[in-house]
Amino acid sequence: MTDVETVPQIGPQIGPPALDPGLAETLVSDLLFARRLSERMWNLQRQGRLTTVAPLAGQEAAVIGVVRALDLTTDWLVPYYRDVTGYGALGDEFVEQLLVYWRGHPDGGRIPDGVRALPVQISLATQLPHATGLAWGLKVRGTPGVVCTFVGDGATSEGDFYEAINLAGVQQVPLIVVCINNGWAISTPTGLQTAAETFAAKGAAAGIPGVRVDGNDVLAVVDATRRARRRAAAGDGPTLLELVTYRMGAHTNSDDPTRYVPDDELAEWRARDPIERFATTLREAGMWDDARHEAALAAVEERLERIIERALARDVDPAAALDHVVASPSARSLSQRAAIVERSGANAADDIDDDTGDDADDEAANHSVDGEWGGKAEPGGLSWRA
Amino acid sequence: MASMTMLAAIRETLLDEMARDERVVLLGEDIGTNGGVFRATDGALERFGPQRVFDTPISESTIVGASVGLSIAGLVPVAEIQFGGFTMQAYHQLVGQLARMRYRSRSRYHCPVTVRSAYGGGVRTPEHHSDSVEAPYTHAPGLSVVVPSNAADAKGLLTTAVRSDDPVVVFEPIPCYRSSCEVPDGEHVVPLGVAREVRAPDDAVIITWGAMVDVAVTAADVVQEQRGARVGVIDLRSLAPIDVDTIVRATERCGRVVVVHEAPLTAGFGAEVVATLQEEAFYSLEAPIRRVAGADVGSAPPLVEDWCRPDVARIVAALDAALEA
Repeated sequence: MTDVETVPQIGPQIGPPALDPGLAETLVSDLLFARRLSERMWNLQRQGRLTTVAPLAGQEAAVIGVVRALDLTTDWLVPYYRDVTGYGALGDEFVEQLLVYWRGHPDGGRIPDGVRALPVQISLATQLPHATGLAWGLKVRGTPGVVCTFVGDGATSEGDFYEAINLAGVQQVPLIVVCINNGWAISTPTGLQTAAETFAAKGAAAGIPGVRVDGNDVLAVVDATRRARRRAAAGDGPTLLELVTYRMGAHTNSDDPTRYVPDDELAEWRARDPIERFATTLREAGMWDDARHEAALAAVEERLERIIERALARDVDPAAALDHVVASPSARSLSQRAAIVERSGANAADDIDDDTGDDADDEAANHSVDGEWGGKAEPGGLSWRA
Repeated sequence: MASMTMLAAIRETLLDEMARDERVVLLGEDIGTNGGVFRATDGALERFGPQRVFDTPISESTIVGASVGLSIAGLVPVAEIQFGGFTMQAYHQLVGQLARMRYRSRSRYHCPVTVRSAYGGGVRTPEHHSDSVEAPYTHAPGLSVVVPSNAADAKGLLTTAVRSDDPVVVFEPIPCYRSSCEVPDGEHVVPLGVAREVRAPDDAVIITWGAMVDVAVTAADVVQEQRGARVGVIDLRSLAPIDVDTIVRATERCGRVVVVHEAPLTAGFGAEVVATLQEEAFYSLEAPIRRVAGADVGSAPPLVEDWCRPDVARIVAALDAALEA
């Protein structure tokens, strides 16, 4: 029997559950970091320092609540491309690599040693079979840990989504599939994506439980993920979690959501901003105040500055484009590499990346955040500021 | 040495590799209890159990995609896709995912995955069972593509594939499955990127692979009998990586080349062979290189497929034209 459990989508904070002050501080800090990282990435893209960015604003609680409910010493994350901006818990080097990736640097997909995550996935839902296989492999080998993969609501229309959850159900693998339902797949709303009542209901096709949770309630997300994790780790099989949230920004820097998002919708969801909402809950519980907030923000800024500087300073070796195709490259591949070495050597002065990180000031000066869509600033604005 | 069929050689190799390395697992449709639709995995489930041999749902894309994940978890998956035409349902996982995980991750992850698939026409199968789809997979950097034409090479190439640190697609020609030849006992490895000279090229050479190797040898015999010309045959066996040296040397020696493949002519792998020879051996050519290939049709139905596949007469005609040029 598959159950679809619906937690109220909006409304007052559920709980307060046993609110561990340490966890609360970690969550706020992660949420602030993710929002600021997303904003800085947007601005860096506008300056031509990053090639593509997919803003996270509005969805931070859904990602961070999941990540912080996992045991990162054993569990694996299998991302797509938007959720990773919320993976700050995986460490500074992971975030640095993410920025290097969005610069378009060939080294960007290298996940730091010791971090259990796969590289950013661009092709929708193709990461789900990988996640199922990885979880299956952990089970076969008797390795502790569960696998958690993220997928957008739109990507649940892909064949790989069904194939992967189906096999996961058959083999009862330790897997959590997190569907981030942000209401939009670029310009396609839920109603054009599926006739299913909920995305969680799609678990029924694979015989796995689907659980629908308010994705803007970070504590509800932590709680639902912990339950799915316990289930997976106990050998009871996979869970499909639908986290209902909202993409408060553009799909990517190339997108203009004013073409398709109704005017009042954004305002409606801004009022449910997951960061502001959690901070308010904590304040009401006497666990948060201006001083802590400012201190948390300052720490976030300091961390971001350090990471961005390193990411922008990374040199690019053009010949690296030919490395890591296979363990033993063919003569053809080697000759193509040699040709790039020769051409890039001849034009070294022009070709070698000259980013030094000295331009951080320009970036800061350009850092306008007025909440407008359509290109000039980070969508989503700064309404979370206390 | 023992004489055995290609299927027996494949089965023996899989069992040997599973015994040698406990990380090797088999997955695919009907490969367990049923032993595979061609029985290539017969006996594996009984010997190694359900933790090493998995019957999967009918999900070609996820058979390949899950193999990516299984390999990252430390296993060495050998996946079976029942027929070459069905690999199209896993195309994006083969080309866009499996082939690229090492590159994408800068070798933090790599995928020692083997994907086996039966392919090719001539045995009166329905559509998609008879397709020859090797060419698009050779166009996927990161994937190796091999095609054995006999039992010994099947053992050697499959052994290499299973032991490779990177993904290898093994296309197994259905018409060759039940042909026998001497297969070396014990360790027998055929490296990637090394063609086999079936017979030496004095006057002309046929470059081919898979089920066409036997047809090419027969055509070479006919031409020798009819006009006394000594025609060589090179079995490419590894399409990606391709053995450039061997085909260039053969071309330099005889100057007359015919490329034969079962897949449709246009943009088949023969085009890559011809382009390579044009770049590397143009001044040795005594005649235009000719291709004898499948007709440009999707998948010819059984009653007309022989009109579309290369046969001895068409190859002989191409050799005659090359020798008379």
